[in-house]
Amino acid sequence: MKLLTLNFLTCAIKTCKTSPASFPLHPRDCELEVVESESVNLPFLKNILPRLMWDELRVIADELGLPALPSTPPTRDDLVEPSSSSTTTISHAQNAGNAAEGQQQAEEKPSQTARDLHRVLLETCIKEGKLVCGNCGHEYKVMEGVANFLLPGHLV
Amino acid sequence: MLPTPSTSHVCFDRVYEPAEDSFLLLDTISSSSEAAFLRERFHEASSTPPLILEVGVGSGVVLAFAAANASSVLGRHDVLTLGTDINSFACKAASQTVESAIKDFGCKPSVFLDIVNCDLASAVRSHSVDVFIFNPPYVPAELPDLSRHQSFNTLPAGKESTTFEQDSYLLELSYAGGEDGMVVANRMLEQIPEILDEERGVAYVLLCAQNKPEEVKRRIRDWGPGWMVETVGSSGKQAGWEKLQIVRIWKTAA
Ligand SMILES: C[S@@+](CC[C@H](N)C(=O)[O-])C[C@H]1O[C@@H](n2cnc3c(N)ncnc32)[C@H](O)[C@@H]1O
Ligand SMILES: [Zn+2]
Repeated sequence: MKLLTLNFLTCAIKTCKTSPASFPLHPRDCELEVVESESVNLPFLKNILPRLMWDELRVIADELGLPALPSTPPTRDDLVEPSSSSTTTISHAQNAGNAAEGQQQAEEKPSQTARDLHRVLLETCIKEGKLVCGNCGHEYKVMEGVANFLLPGHLV
Repeated sequence: MLPTPSTSHVCFDRVYEPAEDSFLLLDTISSSSEAAFLRERFHEASSTPPLILEVGVGSGVVLAFAAANASSVLGRHDVLTLGTDINSFACKAASQTVESAIKDFGCKPSVFLDIVNCDLASAVRSHSVDVFIFNPPYVPAELPDLSRHQSFNTLPAGKESTTFEQDSYLLELSYAGGEDGMVVANRMLEQIPEILDEERGVAYVLLCAQNKPEEVKRRIRDWGPGWMVETVGSSGKQAGWEKLQIVRIWKTAA
């Protein structure tokens, strides 16, 4: 299970949802696996930034013993390799609009920051372990990469 | 025609096999009118990547189709895809279906998150879903006894394969919908206003004639001001009735 998935999940118990402590779920006793994917999707990384709950992501990375994430999220510009962005600034200024946007993306290269973010969000996977709710303490198991959120209460 | 994902690796003894309902969903979300509706809603390159959630993925054929064809359907290739199923065997099968579809024919595919083993969307964060898809167990037939779920949801201890009883239970889960075939679907409909993004969220739900679709639609309109529902796909006319239909549910600024 990818760490980015945790950005969209909470405790499955209804009464927990209104409590801020039910998000994020806290990984515990996790066995991680890095699944390398072919390429970094730079436009995706740039666009996803506003959807990331950055402080919560930092907590998760810390609890998993991963290298600490910076205290503030990277900016869109941080994700672009500087040598590739100078040419794009020019092309961007020259022609606004969609065509330029496409061209700009074709020229840009992901920076080390982008590659690191890609690694954390999409390539670092929880293979086995638990996800714990900070509000009620319920432990959800992850087995063979699949998280199980079924509760006895659902199964009646 | 957009290609249909391969499900040849899926064991249909315990996971729902793609059928007319699955294909009606594929055809509907990629129809020119729905693609136009969705592009209009999501094309803005500067907006954040939309999240597609499918509940009850089964073989994963529908989510895989959406994942691999996100750029033709939504007009962008930074879409996120997430799925759930109550059947853990379906979760594993569907992951593989989505991953291979993305590899095989997604030239600019979406970003696939995971399939989680979950009751409906109970573990999904409020208001985080932009496009919701559900082909529920819709047949009017008694619901299976869920008290056996935990033992039937995994391989029997020390065994390499499932039992016949277990497979029948898991398949029952995939089609049996209780009274009017609406018990599971109604539970899901109740959660929809809670999980959809308040501005751009839209849901596609499949209904069959026995579900009393007109009544269901009336109830959705009663959710409150702004809630809209429309039939946007149908198949199998029977004596003037559509056997299956897809309703689109969304909210307009009221
Ligand atoms: C009619 S099948 C649809 C499968 C697939 N989406 C398709 O269109 O081919 C319904 C699916 O919903 C799943 N399901 C049934 N009850 C569920 C629940 N309470 N929560 C999540 N999934 C459920 C079943 O396991 C099954 O895979
Ligand atoms: Zn909780």
